[in-house]
Amino acid sequence: MISWLLILLPLLGSIVIIVSPGRLARQLALVTSLVVFGVSVAAAVVFDGWGRGTWDFSSSIEWVKEWGLVLQVGADSVSLILVLLTTFLMPLAILGSFNAIQTRRREYYGWLLGLQAAMTGVFLARDLVLFYVCFEFTLVPMFFIIAIWGSKNRARASVKFLIYTFTGSLITLAAFLTLAWSHAQANGGQWSFEIAALSHHAASALSLNEQAWLLLALMIGFGVKVPLFPVHTWLPLAHTEAPTAGSVILAGVLLKLGTYGLYRFVLPMCPEAVVEWAPFVAVLSIIGILYAALICWVQTDVKKLIAYSSVSHLGFCVLGLFALNPMGVEGSILYMINHGLSTGALFFLIGMMYERYHTREMGELGGLARTMPIWATFMVFFVLASVGLPGLNGFVSEFLCLIAAFTAGETGAYPGVLGPWYAAIAALGMVLAAMYLLIMVGKVVFGPTRASMKHDEHSGLPVDLTVREITVLVPLAIGCVVLGIQPDLVIDNTATAVADTLAVYQDLFEDRVAGTAAFVESAFQGGAR
Amino acid sequence: MIDKLWFLVPELILFGGVVVVAILGLVQSNRLRGWVPWTTALFILAAGAASPFIYCDEAMGSSGLLLPGLAGPACLIACIVAIGLLLLSIGRVDRGYETAIAQGRATFDPIRATGGEYHVFFLLSLAGLLLVSIADDLIWLFLALELASLPTYVMVAMSRGSIRAQEAAMKYFFLGAMSAALFLYGFALLYGATGTLVLTEMQAAFADQIARGELGMLGIVGMLLALLGIGFKLAAVPMHLYAADVYEGAAVHVTAFLGFIPKAAGVMAFMILLSTMGWAEGVGLPAPILIMLWVVSVLTMTLGNIAALLQKSVKRMLACSSIAHSGYLLIGIIAGPGAGFNAVMLYLLIYGIGNTASFAVLSSLQRGGVELESVEDLAGLRHKHPWSATAMAISAGSLLGFPPLLGFWGKLALFIAGIASGRLVLVLVAAINSAISAWYYLRLVGLPLMADRNERSDAVERIDSPWPRLTALVLAAMLIMLPIILGLLYAVTDISS
Repeated sequence: MISWLLILLPLLGSIVIIVSPGRLARQLALVTSLVVFGVSVAAAVVFDGWGRGTWDFSSSIEWVKEWGLVLQVGADSVSLILVLLTTFLMPLAILGSFNAIQTRRREYYGWLLGLQAAMTGVFLARDLVLFYVCFEFTLVPMFFIIAIWGSKNRARASVKFLIYTFTGSLITLAAFLTLAWSHAQANGGQWSFEIAALSHHAASALSLNEQAWLLLALMIGFGVKVPLFPVHTWLPLAHTEAPTAGSVILAGVLLKLGTYGLYRFVLPMCPEAVVEWAPFVAVLSIIGILYAALICWVQTDVKKLIAYSSVSHLGFCVLGLFALNPMGVEGSILYMINHGLSTGALFFLIGMMYERYHTREMGELGGLARTMPIWATFMVFFVLASVGLPGLNGFVSEFLCLIAAFTAGETGAYPGVLGPWYAAIAALGMVLAAMYLLIMVGKVVFGPTRASMKHDEHSGLPVDLTVREITVLVPLAIGCVVLGIQPDLVIDNTATAVADTLAVYQDLFEDRVAGTAAFVESAFQGGAR
Repeated sequence: MIDKLWFLVPELILFGGVVVVAILGLVQSNRLRGWVPWTTALFILAAGAASPFIYCDEAMGSSGLLLPGLAGPACLIACIVAIGLLLLSIGRVDRGYETAIAQGRATFDPIRATGGEYHVFFLLSLAGLLLVSIADDLIWLFLALELASLPTYVMVAMSRGSIRAQEAAMKYFFLGAMSAALFLYGFALLYGATGTLVLTEMQAAFADQIARGELGMLGIVGMLLALLGIGFKLAAVPMHLYAADVYEGAAVHVTAFLGFIPKAAGVMAFMILLSTMGWAEGVGLPAPILIMLWVVSVLTMTLGNIAALLQKSVKRMLACSSIAHSGYLLIGIIAGPGAGFNAVMLYLLIYGIGNTASFAVLSSLQRGGVELESVEDLAGLRHKHPWSATAMAISAGSLLGFPPLLGFWGKLALFIAGIASGRLVLVLVAAINSAISAWYYLRLVGLPLMADRNERSDAVERIDSPWPRLTALVLAAMLIMLPIILGLLYAVTDISS
């Protein structure tokens, strides 16, 4: 019931906004999103799956029996945490758009809330069809948000965004259907799209070869969304052209749909293939980390820099997932939250600056610490959080992902298929991140004030941040501090769910170790004989 | 004999409508003539309403038809879509002439008026489609197919004064005649191979031949030729060449008609013909037929989509995209009876609604008294006609197959059927094709809703009749809401009983 409420409330709000007068749109949207946030917090309080691997709030509606279409929702600890991230960011995104969006407000806030419904639906779906519908539907609101309220290059950015993701997910759909068919055949022709049943079937009944194909198809769909090198090229364009709130939601939640997909589908569905191919995926994510970081270094557009830094950061997230040990996967989940908070905040900050100066070029900006001290304080704070300053949130998750990759060697405490080399090279990404972000801060926040900088009097905004803008940033800052000091909030609460997901890998690695041991032993005995 | 007549009740209702409408279209009174479309609608509704009683399961069980379950769903689907096709033409047919009469600039001349005739041909073609679904021998099938097609040639020719309509009609007619010759030749060979014209006997003969391993070339070649010829009705490659020109040349309400009725007739004929030879006793289709269908399906969707990408005229774009949809439909046909054929019928209904919705938007708009040509004419449509722009975007989204719109579920059904019959590669090709089609369908979403106005699109205005745009709105709403009752749609289009 609560699950349906979380999905349908924003949708209802969206419809109400579309039909009510435009001047009420902002307030209605804010109230709706706050109510939804309240519901999600209440859900989190009564949720009985914290620290356990169980599902709560489950509900199902039978739909088309012949195809086995049953709409099932429910939450485990991982999905509820991501739902909380979504419902937390959405009021902020709406509040942050109050000044920036002056045209077609009804549609704008309608789409934002529609987007929220779809994103929540993705996290709460327990059957593939509902998941896929919501996963795809997230594209539509974002397409319109970029295409209508974006900046100069918006048409190209929106189409590229949609086509990339749409293409990827169609291939994933074909893979899902094939899997469902294989499951149906094994069950006497009764179709089912329940994720748990299909995961179990895929992991146990498919051969290594079949799993590898499944892995490839899933990686195409989710890899585009994450985005993973080399299918990341839509992201910088879309992030840069989107309006501020669009970038925040895109970076904050939409990218997590990809990593959530990896966690929810790839890891449980094709374990043997994952073990086989994890090094390859890890290499791709490391290339992404370094390559995007190097691109960031030469960026002159601040927003583009943050956009590319997302590619780099999400690389750590994928690396953590494919370390295939509890530390890495928990770190990765924590990373999803952290990246949502800190990168979301950075996009807000850049949006606020852009509304005042109408430029994002580093060459035209400087010395903002003098003119906008409050803004500058927040900027430095969130950059440090993003860089991974110990004590703030980014550090813990990044560190966990790296350590996890480091120890994921064949013989480590947590056996896996990565190893120290992967971690060592990926760690360069942390260094690069510190460099490009701090260089950017140095130029924009400090440095000399540029003559070309003119505060736009017509924007209706004071020189420094307004109370509204501070209200947007403070919750994010609090989130960064709290998760920096108390990452256990996420890690402990999801530990069992993660352990359940990874159980199959423990068995696989034990088999591998045992297999190696047996091989060595037999060789030894053979030699002795 | 009585049984056969009983099955013909929906068609007889439509033929009755033909007579009434033909007379009504020629009366002097303007008001009575205004009733022509509504009378037509009434007869279509009556035929649709009769079908569940006529084609009930008990009656069909003893009907001796090859696909006894086909008639009921076919009749319902055809009548639902036909109502939409009819409504979008209200105020379009004979528009200039009727306006002149209403304003007293001209007097009514039965020789010049074409309103009644348009609706007569409309009903005849629809009756042809229904007859295809209950065909029990090859002669019947041939006549039904031609009854579905012949009126459309005339409809194209008289649809508008433009010389391009005449050209389109000539092209359509000659190529159509050639295709008819092809499949008639194919029918002759099939007769030669089996010695019977009755479809059920033919099925038995082929099953016998297959069981003995003696399926001869005569039968195969006959089937290939027949499929090739009927492929013209679907605009399947290589018989697709006429589609873009004819669709562009015809007036928009006729184009909408061409996009559905002949295609549905062709698809049903495919299902019936293929059932005589394939899927008997657990064996699939004979290899040459299967290969041909596979290749045709891949080529049809790919060429259709790529051609649609290149179009500047919105009607040509939709024409090419309808070629691609035939390619998707062939997936279900290859998948065979059961899930495959059911998916085909569901997709026909869903495609019919989406296609009709998009043409209804075009039909409701004009620029300087003529219909819209270029895609650019739609740019910034939302400024003056927000509802039409929204309806266009929704129907394009549905044709693209974007969830949660209705089009997605049709495609899902086809994909499921394709995969369940082991045609994964075909489904992958279709998936990639869907992605290609996103490029041009997105233009139909983006231009009306997001682009800036230009000089051409500024001059776009609504036509006087409210019915085309109401049709567009209702159909667009259906595209959003119908997924809720997907189970019912599935049951209605289930032909396996």
